[in-house]
Amino acid sequence: MTTQVTTRRRPRSSGIRRGEGVAGWLFTAPIIVILGVFLFIPVLMALWVSFSDWSGRGSPLSANVAFVGLDNYAAVTTGGGLAERNFGIALRNNAWYVLLVVPLQTILALFLASLVSRAILRGRGFFRTAFYFPSVTSSVAITVLWLFLFSTTGVINEVLSWVGINGPNWFADPRGIVHVALGSVGLRAGPEALTSSGFLGISWWEWLAGPSVAMSAFILMAIFTTSGTMMLLFIAALQNVGVELGEAGMMDGATGWQRFWHITLPQLRPTLFTVLTLGLIGCWQVFDQIYTGTQGGPAKTTVTPAYLSYQAAFINQDWGQGSAIAFILFLIIIFFAIVQRWVLRDRPVSKRRARQYQVKGKTS
Amino acid sequence: MTVTAAGDTAVVAPEAPPKRTRTWSPRARWGQILLYAILIALAIIYIYPFLVQVATSFKTDAEATADPISLIPSVFSLAAYERLFTRSDFPLWALNSAIVTICVTLGRVFFVSLAGYALARLKFRGRGVIFALVVAVMAVPGVVLLIPKFLVLNQIGIYDSYMGMILPLLVDAAGVFIMKNFFESIPVAIEEQARIDGAGTFRVFWSIVLPMARPALITIVILSFQGSWNELSHFIVSTQSPELTTLTKGVAALASGQLGQGNQYPLKLAAAAIMTIPVAVMFFIFQKKIMSTAEGALKG
Repeated sequence: MTTQVTTRRRPRSSGIRRGEGVAGWLFTAPIIVILGVFLFIPVLMALWVSFSDWSGRGSPLSANVAFVGLDNYAAVTTGGGLAERNFGIALRNNAWYVLLVVPLQTILALFLASLVSRAILRGRGFFRTAFYFPSVTSSVAITVLWLFLFSTTGVINEVLSWVGINGPNWFADPRGIVHVALGSVGLRAGPEALTSSGFLGISWWEWLAGPSVAMSAFILMAIFTTSGTMMLLFIAALQNVGVELGEAGMMDGATGWQRFWHITLPQLRPTLFTVLTLGLIGCWQVFDQIYTGTQGGPAKTTVTPAYLSYQAAFINQDWGQGSAIAFILFLIIIFFAIVQRWVLRDRPVSKRRARQYQVKGKTS
Repeated sequence: MTVTAAGDTAVVAPEAPPKRTRTWSPRARWGQILLYAILIALAIIYIYPFLVQVATSFKTDAEATADPISLIPSVFSLAAYERLFTRSDFPLWALNSAIVTICVTLGRVFFVSLAGYALARLKFRGRGVIFALVVAVMAVPGVVLLIPKFLVLNQIGIYDSYMGMILPLLVDAAGVFIMKNFFESIPVAIEEQARIDGAGTFRVFWSIVLPMARPALITIVILSFQGSWNELSHFIVSTQSPELTTLTKGVAALASGQLGQGNQYPLKLAAAAIMTIPVAVMFFIFQKKIMSTAEGALKG
């Protein structure tokens, strides 16, 4: 903080700095105009549309478009109709997606990074390239590939058949995997307590269904495509982890796992934060894969809020509801980003220690 | 307690001298073998899908279904490629993608470095506010902007045109951020010398600063190229006519079966493979750079 203050104290009006004000504005004018016209104004327009009954004809700013207050928001959250149920299903689908993808991709990325960061390793560059390559391909191309790999007669089912498993028809299977697992132990109908009540128009039993088999294929795809990017972030962080602490730990007789858990991982905390945040933000924005692959099917089990918003507006011409869903999604993303920031915040020292050393709880 | 523990280690430590010789104990050797086994298995999982993609594109429809897993087609068939290039809009899609990608990349490199330079070096009123806005923009999730973008393109009358496809992609807040960080990291002395010699601000930027910024500019080129070539959602909301369909949009339509009956896996996979080539080439040319870009982004 202090360094910034000192750098600002420069002589402002030396001769060679003439005309910088004008130049500054001229240089930034293109980005200001483009961000203004294609970002700030559109967001304001969409905010208006989410409070209006605009049907897609003419301009949303024309006089015959009426203000309907929170009607659109109410329809998708408390309406009790199809819109609410659809939104509930979309949230359910995406929540399971986030719940599985974020931890799995983080763990896999960290695992890959620790494997390729060994001091002595042949073919390091090859392995890094192999793990990173899926990240550069487009989501459309990967989805097309995935539709093939996970088709009834595809590679995955072929491999599963080697070990005697009769693979599902992945992208056409709407069964939730938690329900499938429970079904295999004979539990087919949910208990009364879970089926009689619910949230957003779907019962708790349905909330707990887990991602559908189709969504699980997308989950695997997300882990496959993003783990490489996350791995690079962890590799960079591992390079900055000092070896001294690890060696000290080794002297003290800590096992490899203990050293990783108590010495390396705490030092990776900032990167962990970055990776989790990027993952969380990305996972709530699933759209391309759904548009390309399943269009929300089978039985709506791959509909996500982002896709639902698109569908409501561009296909059903219900622009108010589409915009309302988009803004709710925006709030969800911000909410989780803030929660995560709070959970992973830097705690100065443990409370007991803080008392010992009389350090005032000062968070950075 | 702690004191004795520390004392213990101090005594114990010299008894275990660090082994610098490369004689692996049997346990370490097995560990080493296990490590490579895991790495190779993982590498196969990561690479195999792409190999099978290319292989399948040369198979016949029947073989793609009957034998999805083999990497060598029993009958080498170019039918999928022939179909794509002579009896579909695929070449047009590729052309559109190329036009948009080139325009967006050139535009972004220029605007983003201009703004990054101003925010890093020029002192002017409102600079802090502009920078704060750029950071705020980075936090706005892209999918939330689908409807808003359509609304404004429609309102100002550039919906369904190259203009509407390109203009909104021209600015990338993250790029501004990268350029600003870069300009702040290079010494100011050379610019000041040029200024004293009487060069104008744009002159200094164009002929002195920009050539020095090559590494950062390459980063921007990679990011914009990859970003706009792979972009899908923006083209969904900014165009509707078939003449403006890009590769991503066209192949997505192909995936949902718009080019006729059957599953047509060779055709779809050929299309997906071709659209991957430009980014793959880009990736292999700038491989080292890309790998360190991600690392640099973290530190920045």
